[in-house]
Amino acid sequence: MMDMTTKSFAGESAPTFTGNRALQIEEPLVFEIGSAVTCGVDLEEPEAVESRLGDMERTEAIGLAGLSEPEAVRHYVRLSQKNYSIDSGIFPLGSCTMKHNPRLNEKMARLPGFGDIHPLQPQRTVEGAVRAMAELSDWLMTLTGMPAVALSPKAGAHGELCGMIAIRAALEARGEAATRRVVLVPDSAHGTNPATAALLGFQVRPVAAGKDGTVHIGAVREALGDDVAAMMLTNPNTCGLFEPEIAEIAAALHDAGAYLYCDGANFNAIAGKVRPGDLGVDAMHINLHKTFSTPHGGGGPGAGPVVFSKALAPFAPLPLLKLEGDAWTLVEDSPAASDGAGEGAPRPFGRLVAFHGQMGMFTRALTYMLSFGADGIRQASEDAVLNANYIRAKLRDVMSQPFGDRACMHEVLFDDSFLKGTGLTTLDFAKAMIDEGFHPMTVYFPLVVHGAMLIEPTESESKHSLDQFIAALRGLALAAREGETERFKGAPRFAPRRRLDETRAARQPVLRWRPKEATAS
Amino acid sequence: MRYLPHDAEDRRAMLAAIGSDSVDALFEAVPPGLLLDGLPALPGHASEIAVERALSGLAARNVPAGTVPFFAGCGAYKHHVPASVDHLIQRSEFMTAYTPYQPEIAQGTLQYLFEFQTQVALLTGMDVANASMYDGSTAAAEAVFMAHRVTKRRKAVLSGGLHPHYRAVIETLSHYSSHEVVALPPGPRQDFAGVIDGETSCVVVQLPGVFGGIQDVTALAELAHAQGALLIVVTTEAVSYGALRSPGSMGADIAVAEGQSIGNGLNFGGPYLGLFATRDKFVRQMPGRLCGETVDEAGKRGFVLTLSTREQHIRRDKATSNICTNSGLCSLAFTIHMTLLGEAGLKKLARVNHANAVKLAEALAKVPGVELVTPQFFNEFTIRTPKPGAEVIDALVDEGVIGGVPASRLFPGNADLDGLIIVAATELTTSADRDAYTHALAKVLS
Repeated sequence: MMDMTTKSFAGESAPTFTGNRALQIEEPLVFEIGSAVTCGVDLEEPEAVESRLGDMERTEAIGLAGLSEPEAVRHYVRLSQKNYSIDSGIFPLGSCTMKHNPRLNEKMARLPGFGDIHPLQPQRTVEGAVRAMAELSDWLMTLTGMPAVALSPKAGAHGELCGMIAIRAALEARGEAATRRVVLVPDSAHGTNPATAALLGFQVRPVAAGKDGTVHIGAVREALGDDVAAMMLTNPNTCGLFEPEIAEIAAALHDAGAYLYCDGANFNAIAGKVRPGDLGVDAMHINLHKTFSTPHGGGGPGAGPVVFSKALAPFAPLPLLKLEGDAWTLVEDSPAASDGAGEGAPRPFGRLVAFHGQMGMFTRALTYMLSFGADGIRQASEDAVLNANYIRAKLRDVMSQPFGDRACMHEVLFDDSFLKGTGLTTLDFAKAMIDEGFHPMTVYFPLVVHGAMLIEPTESESKHSLDQFIAALRGLALAAREGETERFKGAPRFAPRRRLDETRAARQPVLRWRPKEATAS
Repeated sequence: MRYLPHDAEDRRAMLAAIGSDSVDALFEAVPPGLLLDGLPALPGHASEIAVERALSGLAARNVPAGTVPFFAGCGAYKHHVPASVDHLIQRSEFMTAYTPYQPEIAQGTLQYLFEFQTQVALLTGMDVANASMYDGSTAAAEAVFMAHRVTKRRKAVLSGGLHPHYRAVIETLSHYSSHEVVALPPGPRQDFAGVIDGETSCVVVQLPGVFGGIQDVTALAELAHAQGALLIVVTTEAVSYGALRSPGSMGADIAVAEGQSIGNGLNFGGPYLGLFATRDKFVRQMPGRLCGETVDEAGKRGFVLTLSTREQHIRRDKATSNICTNSGLCSLAFTIHMTLLGEAGLKKLARVNHANAVKLAEALAKVPGVELVTPQFFNEFTIRTPKPGAEVIDALVDEGVIGGVPASRLFPGNADLDGLIIVAATELTTSADRDAYTHALAKVLS
């Protein structure tokens, strides 16, 4: 504690003796408050047996610290209070889709019939779970207008991998895997797109978007050739715009013997309004944690099922869902060659994960779908688009839009030109939003726009909530214009931490706690 | 619709502010004719009561592990999760937060990730761990790819004791990335002589193995290192860290694991969490998110995501992995449960698991015709029965017992393994469960 008794009290900016600020309480690491002997779990004594660990028995200490239950609960509650969350306010991260997470979904996922079943228990003891997977599949195929789906990918990027492997498998089956080595990726794409393509040994050929922020058929035709395997296109794209020429692009790709992979991160804008299958998409992942509201959980777990066109459907990975009589079963192994290898017969490309995918997310997403229904899903898409456009309309006079004033989909993109001459950056603007009680929007993405600020309100926000948010951003934009630099440069002031030194973290990485004596060496 | 705040008047007022006469006008970029009127094949919205009824109906058609004597393992284990764990992970501030991209208002997530990374490094006996991967199987595949980057080689050697789903994940990704995989034949015993050579990037071994057996891998680490290859140790039962020598202490270069056993339910296979740990010298070749310590402008300690120049959102096609997430909430459950256990609790939990498995193995081995195949094990072992394992397991269901996983389910078409059943016990296995199993097995085999 600091000795401050001799100084005059500096009012609201004065440090406290504890470092705490009322409800904001400083909390040490568990290793600094726990001990090797404290335990918050009472276990019965083990029965006496002769050890069968042999020479493998652990003799060394681990170094873990334990807490009693009240201490552990308080520790993690205090940590939680340092987080912003959707439940406490609008979380307008563009491209991330932070919508409300209904608590019914949590309750359903925790039913013992879903939460307490083992992936390898006999299939006749999990009929309801497999049927739930089949029902989810049916919703996904119907909403997208695609004939097949692979549920197992664990996240969006994993879904991309699934879709792109299916494309490679299809090319192998055509004998063209060695010659078609190029994947077209617009420069506005998520970083996962080129990373996924590169992981599979594809060469990434960038395609520039037009001045209007969308990809034009001419640019695609120019990049197309016999060496192209596929194009990865996000629709609606990362600038918040529907790709108006996507159907022509799909047709051009198909004519050239290539496939269209659609990054479905933004499917929540069009679910119930447009079917990607009608646009000519061959594979698309669906982030259940975006469109279908499974919680983001501070960074996961996600789920990224992939829908396939007729051309790619046979190559979907294991496990497969199969209807036998009126019962659904999981097919866990590749069908034997003798089972018939005619066109359209399953030729799974392999396995992407142990077991069957994110069942806990499937039950949450299915609960969401049944709650919303087809009409509610459509209304949610419309409200998401309405909310984004409302923000656009209310901020267009004080912030700047890179592609002119035109309708957007579920997210609205601004650039930093309205900050020109203020000496302030997008980051400064974002950090000042924190002091106003808001989580910032996505910043510096997409990369194609200078100082990008991508705002996605989602359908969960009321008009009242949007009006508060808009008022705060208007206030900040005007303050920036009027030269209130200090408000921004010092922000955030009222968060649990001031701006953190990320350069230091990367230059001198400290990635774990170590006991004091060890750090000295 | 209970989840949508707007009423008709809100929507009208907002459209007016936008200057648009209809919502469909905002969808003008959609190609003509492709805007849907609706999807009549799907049902309309439903009340909470109706949805709860539908889902409960599906759930009722499954047999939860907690309702029967239950012995299945093979990469997913039925353990007890303290009530406070599930309560804490459902706090809004954890459950409904995003990836901590704005660290000043995400210190809660970042600090527990730092604790998680420390716990995983300690458990595995490694220097450094990441903020988690999707699950154990994908972590294993990422480890193989990392070894390829470190060694600049492309051939992985897999032990036949590796979970076949893990092997399949590695084989799938390797095939489509044009990397080579040499997989030894499945079985409780493995012989690596002559398989590891100067082209080998890594040797992947599972501890405990998929059949439950445990053996010292120190000599294998030396064999791998002598050829310039890395040793990757895979663990599917994280509780075993409390009883067994750590991968790091035996010379592993990368340790990966399925972390489900700590803090997370069975959930029919997911979501789970992958643990990933390695040596300091390889940290810049690691996949996945990393949380690091730093200070803020006022000099206070704080945490941020760091070393992101390895990652896809910065490096795009040059990234170490395409992964864009971790298994956040599952890693939180792991961290809280591990904090409740502490050193003393984890070691005791491991002792209880081992004791229950030994008791069970001894009881089952007394059933006429049953042979224990794995003499050394932690909490999972393999028995051979005179009848095919799949038939035995199926017949046991009729006796109200889920008796384990038949090897034929994991290794189809491998006649040598047809008589094997892989059996797991945990702290939840009671003496009554044990008795029920032995009686039922004796009946099924008679």
